[in-house]
Amino acid sequence: MALISVVGLKKDYINEELVTPVLRGLTFSIDRGEFVSIMGPSGSGKSTLMHILGFLDTPTAGQYLFEGKDVSTLSDDELAAMRGHKVGFVFQAFNLLPRASALENIILPLVYTRAPKSEQVIIAKKLLTAVGLEHRFHNTPSQLSGGERQRVAIARALVNAPEVIFADEPTGNLDSKSGLQVMKILQELNEQGHTIILVTHERYTAEHAKRILQIKDGLIVKDGPVESRQLAESNGELIK
Amino acid sequence: MNFYQNLLNTWQIISRNKIRSFLTMLGIIIGVMSVVVIMSVGAGAQSLILNQVKSLGSNLVGILPGKSDDKGPPASVLGIVVTTLKDGDRAALVSGVFPHIVAASSYVRGVDTVTAGGNKTDTNFLGTSAAYPRVENVALLSGRYFSDEEEKGIARVAILGSQARRDLFPDADPLGQSIKIKRTNFQIIGVMKERGSSGFQNQDNQIFVPLSAAQKLLLGIGHINFMRVKVDAAENVDGTIADLKTVLRERHGVTNPENDDFSVRSSNQGLEALTTITNVLKFFLAAIAAISLLVGGIGIMNIMLAAVEERTREIGLRKAVGATSRQIIWQFLTETVIITFMGGLIGIILGSGISIAVAVVAQNRGYNWDLVITPSSIILGCVVSISIGLLFGISPARRAAALNPIEALRYE
Repeated sequence: MALISVVGLKKDYINEELVTPVLRGLTFSIDRGEFVSIMGPSGSGKSTLMHILGFLDTPTAGQYLFEGKDVSTLSDDELAAMRGHKVGFVFQAFNLLPRASALENIILPLVYTRAPKSEQVIIAKKLLTAVGLEHRFHNTPSQLSGGERQRVAIARALVNAPEVIFADEPTGNLDSKSGLQVMKILQELNEQGHTIILVTHERYTAEHAKRILQIKDGLIVKDGPVESRQLAESNGELIK
Repeated sequence: MNFYQNLLNTWQIISRNKIRSFLTMLGIIIGVMSVVVIMSVGAGAQSLILNQVKSLGSNLVGILPGKSDDKGPPASVLGIVVTTLKDGDRAALVSGVFPHIVAASSYVRGVDTVTAGGNKTDTNFLGTSAAYPRVENVALLSGRYFSDEEEKGIARVAILGSQARRDLFPDADPLGQSIKIKRTNFQIIGVMKERGSSGFQNQDNQIFVPLSAAQKLLLGIGHINFMRVKVDAAENVDGTIADLKTVLRERHGVTNPENDDFSVRSSNQGLEALTTITNVLKFFLAAIAAISLLVGGIGIMNIMLAAVEERTREIGLRKAVGATSRQIIWQFLTETVIITFMGGLIGIILGSGISIAVAVVAQNRGYNWDLVITPSSIILGCVVSISIGLLFGISPARRAAALNPIEALRYE
């Protein structure tokens, strides 16, 4: 059974009288352990798709099954629980609490998933160490570089051991070196067995994944494995 | 998320946003504090005025020349000189026919420059009967008051109020010394105890001389300004008023009470009139308190609204990592309750502290000021400020919690 299965997914944005179709009927599925890039130009609907897949937004029509369960039948509280336990997000704008320390930011999701208080700090410290920030526990986001902030965000996404990690243009606000570092971490996580769905408009960022789902004007135009992995790596080396 | 964790989480939020939390609290502190202080000062000022009247005793009857109805002021208060009341009227009242009259004193007043050696002061002089200390319940610090004989004999003797004594004889003992009022020398035979200021006048900046001396030597008049009669007990006041009206009408040849040329007031009537006046003062102060409460409320509102954008994004993030709408609303409720509660508490403490300080200072300066901190002012201040805090703290949270997480995250 596929982890994520989408059939005829549609999303319209309704602004007063004006109906703007963003997703016009997408059908695909993603298995456990995959590393998929959703790639497309801006306005293609790739972020909207990710928000729907991550339970942050609801589709206008179509079916979305997560672990075989129809998401449209879930109550608000069940959706909150899905967001807490099943998925983790890495945003382009980091979305960290500005006046909270790195540790506190990572603990934030644990507060809502009822993790025992005694374990919260241990889990958070372990994850921050794993992303190479063991010296930054008590720094607030403003005291961290962009790359470090995004690594805090990745640690936060991992804190509840989710099924899927969604990364929405995670390198968009970063210099190429930090961006590459972030992509390396995502690849390592995938190698450890995490399912990763990456949203990006850059081909060489997308090519860090194993499969690319190309979207244009709300429709899938291409879906297949990454053919020229070399390109991505050489690009990376070049920038390095 | 259990209660304890919610509280802990909230405390973190408050301490992370110290300035915002403090400014919100400040609005509540100012609102509650000003209501408590203003209401307390209003009640204190009222007590100051009423205590002055009460200190004269409730069994005192005042007689003023000129007719007045019960509500309006007597003519003499408006500056019209009425000469119908004479010291002879007083003599008739204390002749022993009326068993309930303990004592009575006539009064004339004047203002002049008084000199003693090199010192000079502008002060009130008061011509009274010898019974004055008994009528007004006042005691002397040293020396004695003048006697009936001295009063009748136009004796040139004087008793100094404590303030007048300080002004005229800052260092020396005034007893036996002499002072000059309008080119007439008076010998000091006594000094009054400190009496403190009343609501309207300084009781200590006065010099007391025999009525006859004041009338003939200082003012050149034959009438008196007013008279006070002391009755033995409060329950006999009404009967005595009826008696003395009869005597005065007889002496003044008045047959129809409509044509009375005098007014009689008991101190209770005066107290009622003053209570009415000071209640107006209190209402006025309450209006000021309401305005400061409003200002405090607007302060809270501004801070809360300014934070909506940041807070909405924060709510979006919290929802994205698994918070339910209910948890978000609970969190905001807890936060607002803690902030408003602390603000209210600090406001009550500060307001009470200032009220106590005002009362202590007033009492130290000799004013008869009661410390009154009304529970109603505390309740009013807290209810208004906390409702504003709750309203403006929670309504953005409710709105944000109802949004899609992604809409809240992107809120601008």
